[in-house]
Amino acid sequence: MDAAIIGIGMTTIEKNKIACNYADLAWEAVNKALADASITIDDIDNVITTSSDFWDGRTISCMAVGDACAVRHKNCSAVEGDGTFGAAYGLSRTLSGDYKTTLVTAHSKGSESISSIITNAAFDPIYERSLGLDMISASAIQAKQYMNVTGTTSEQLALVSCKNHKNAKDNPYAQLPMDITVNDVLNSEMIAEPLHKLDCSPVSDGCCAIIIANADFVKKVKAKPVWIKGVAFCSDAYFMGDRDLTKTIALENAAKKAYVMAGITNPENEIDIAEIYDAFTYQELMWIEGLGLAEYGNAGKLLEKGIFNRDGKLPVNPSGGLLSGHPVIAAGLYRIAEIVLQIRGEAGARQVNAKRGIAHGVNGICGQSHCVWVLDKEK
Amino acid sequence: MAKRRVAIVGTGQTNHKSHRPDVNGQELIHEAVVRALQDAELSINDIDAIIIGNMDHFEGINYVDCWSIDGSGGYHKPIMKLTTGGTTGSTLAIGGYHLVASGMFDKVLVIGWEKNSESDTTGAITTAFDPIWDRLVFAGAISGLAVEAQSYMAKYGATDKDGARVSVRDRKHACNNPYAQLRKEVTLEEVLASPMLADPIHLLDVCPRTDGACAVVMASEDCAATITSTPDWIWATANRHTYSYLGDVNWGELDSIADASKELFKKSGINEPRKQINVIEMYQPYSLAGIIWIEDMGIIPRGKGAEYIWSGATDMGGELPINPSGGVIACNPIGATGLIRCAEAAMQVMGKAEGRQVPDVNFAVSTGFGGCMWTDMILHGKNKPNL
Amino acid sequence: MGNIFYGIEPSVYKSQINVPYQWWAGETASKFFMVLRDDKKILGKQCPRCGKVYCPPKKICPSCFTETNSWKEVGPKGKLISYTIVLRQLAALQKKVPVAFGLICLDGADNAMLHYIGDVDVNNITIGMEVEAVFADDRNATINAISHFKPLT
Repeated sequence: MDAAIIGIGMTTIEKNKIACNYADLAWEAVNKALADASITIDDIDNVITTSSDFWDGRTISCMAVGDACAVRHKNCSAVEGDGTFGAAYGLSRTLSGDYKTTLVTAHSKGSESISSIITNAAFDPIYERSLGLDMISASAIQAKQYMNVTGTTSEQLALVSCKNHKNAKDNPYAQLPMDITVNDVLNSEMIAEPLHKLDCSPVSDGCCAIIIANADFVKKVKAKPVWIKGVAFCSDAYFMGDRDLTKTIALENAAKKAYVMAGITNPENEIDIAEIYDAFTYQELMWIEGLGLAEYGNAGKLLEKGIFNRDGKLPVNPSGGLLSGHPVIAAGLYRIAEIVLQIRGEAGARQVNAKRGIAHGVNGICGQSHCVWVLDKEK
Repeated sequence: MAKRRVAIVGTGQTNHKSHRPDVNGQELIHEAVVRALQDAELSINDIDAIIIGNMDHFEGINYVDCWSIDGSGGYHKPIMKLTTGGTTGSTLAIGGYHLVASGMFDKVLVIGWEKNSESDTTGAITTAFDPIWDRLVFAGAISGLAVEAQSYMAKYGATDKDGARVSVRDRKHACNNPYAQLRKEVTLEEVLASPMLADPIHLLDVCPRTDGACAVVMASEDCAATITSTPDWIWATANRHTYSYLGDVNWGELDSIADASKELFKKSGINEPRKQINVIEMYQPYSLAGIIWIEDMGIIPRGKGAEYIWSGATDMGGELPINPSGGVIACNPIGATGLIRCAEAAMQVMGKAEGRQVPDVNFAVSTGFGGCMWTDMILHGKNKPNL
Repeated sequence: MGNIFYGIEPSVYKSQINVPYQWWAGETASKFFMVLRDDKKILGKQCPRCGKVYCPPKKICPSCFTETNSWKEVGPKGKLISYTIVLRQLAALQKKVPVAFGLICLDGADNAMLHYIGDVDVNNITIGMEVEAVFADDRNATINAISHFKPLT
């Protein structure tokens, strides 16, 4: 792959960015990304925006950010799904040779809707929707089964929450920096067994933008490139009942492909850092295993040993992850942006030693569809 | 220019109808996919990635790419969703092209679908517009199109009769297309006598609501030739999603198609589109657009569009047939419509447009329209691009 | 956003989208629902290629991408694959908490169905327990023709 990320821009992630509409958020993120890359909007050849008509309450939701992303005189398109998928399409636009640079944005404002109803709409209207499930109750079903099969405990889940909220204290963009204990998590409100309130990510407001450039363009700019070594995505079956929810077939499929592209044969030892989609505590453990960063069922134990802490062998979510701030849709793009900063050595107080990292995003219920990015300091 | 050339190697679509009560959405999608795979003589196992799209609020399903698996064939495959309103189908075609051209995938299945019978179309479309400035005064798609028509008519003296001639053309063409929803000719008198929806647009000037799906298989140049002896090469794509607010629109001239055409033709070395393009499948949601937009495309000088249409030049057998499929006025499953234009153009190039084939097609153009007067365009060619 | 907005209250416009839906169930689901309603029987549909029996039934087997073609009666008993007990009154819920949801693999089926678990002390639900479908008294042709699944005593 002959492409790199040369600029990133993030708005802070907040519970309610009441003074901003989507265009305001995109304007902020895009300008930050351009400044970060030391280029102007005229250097951008095409634009991919990522948004959800459901979350935005707006059919053709991409229209809301068109002006703010300078699409008036440019080719553009829109992906509906997590930002990692939007960026994957954006990458294809650059690699196709048609465009030297691609601006990718992703936004959502969870504060503007009732998330339970929005995620309930992901359920099949014919067989499932009337039952009243949503993302939380569905994920609880998966968590229970995963814990039953692997012996992963509620305490181990709680540790994920403690780690990530603590990490968030050093991330100026994060919504929920907190010092909490395992007991705090276990004593927090039980929303749907086995998920307590502190096992769940909030639903937040935020927008992220990244700029992808081909290798030729990278040579011409001041920006510090972070090279894209592998990108792959894959989906499992749709109905929860058609899947083995305790397994991560789709993630393993995507990770394998991405590692082959990147020439990685031993991810546990060759990956320095991972920003992964921890919408719920148990998911961080499942996805760590699915990414091949721990043996199946073992992530909880490694977490207890401190392996995934910021000062551990393989820091996971030093940004604080989704548990500390979850603008749906934008979430995966924030993961990419965080890895870029880490690899550049520009992650400030949350910096870890990182030359090669993973950014990861998810679409759908209970991690049905995954996108894996491998980013590297070297070309 | 593209690193890898991309060709369409197979297309499929459902027999579009106003209601398809015998199938749910996943099953509708499956029909189109099976037909496309049959056309390309491939199996779902040959497909490396899938992109799919519709307009969410028409079916009320969140995360459609995830939901579609049984029908789209996305089981253990890469799949993602693109959606840009009316342009969704063409956006998807352009998406498939880039996914293959990038080298990330060799064979991509592109799917567009809509089950408009399941919802209140106008209620859903109204949410496309800004909730603070535009939504409260805007009612559905037709009013915007009527504003465009009025602006053009005021400048160039066209009338609803000119628009009606376009309706007559497309409805006649649709009779040759087994997939089209409306397959009955209409006369000028019938069009002008049909109820006025929003002056000057009559009922028979405008698209119906349709349940339908379309699928297209795109392949890289390395494998296209082994799949079909008549691939349809994608020479170029260009689009403009120009405006976000109705008040910004340049009414009476479709800026998006003007800008996109200029770019498309420049990239491809087309300097005489009227001579060099053999057929156009235009996403023409209402009749008068068929006059306005060929001027904006640079095919005919300003103000001369009506004359060109009346001359029969855009009818089958004419100099530059437009919408041999019958176009959008005869059939409009919105999320599929732009992709159907692409598929129909591909069939023209591949020589597979049974009953509606334009002879000796070298170049075809397909367009998509939607949103706030947006346009997507694709140039299809019989020969491999030599750019 | 800078000093020009200093002292200005952000205004919020409240609205709601109103788009009514009716979803065509298709022939497969329609038959399944009508048999639930009229005969209180649960049907699965089998893929001719891999032999899997799906309940809820589907027209296309996702792993074979082939049309299923034969109906088989399944259940009414089955096994609980996993479950949750919802305690917060989440907006999408159609009942008052506690609400127990489960994934049930009906006897004779190879996939599982999402539904309610009822007639049980929620603290006594376990993965792997045997359950049985309870039909609603007042049945329409929807998934709610089954009221819930209850544990086999």
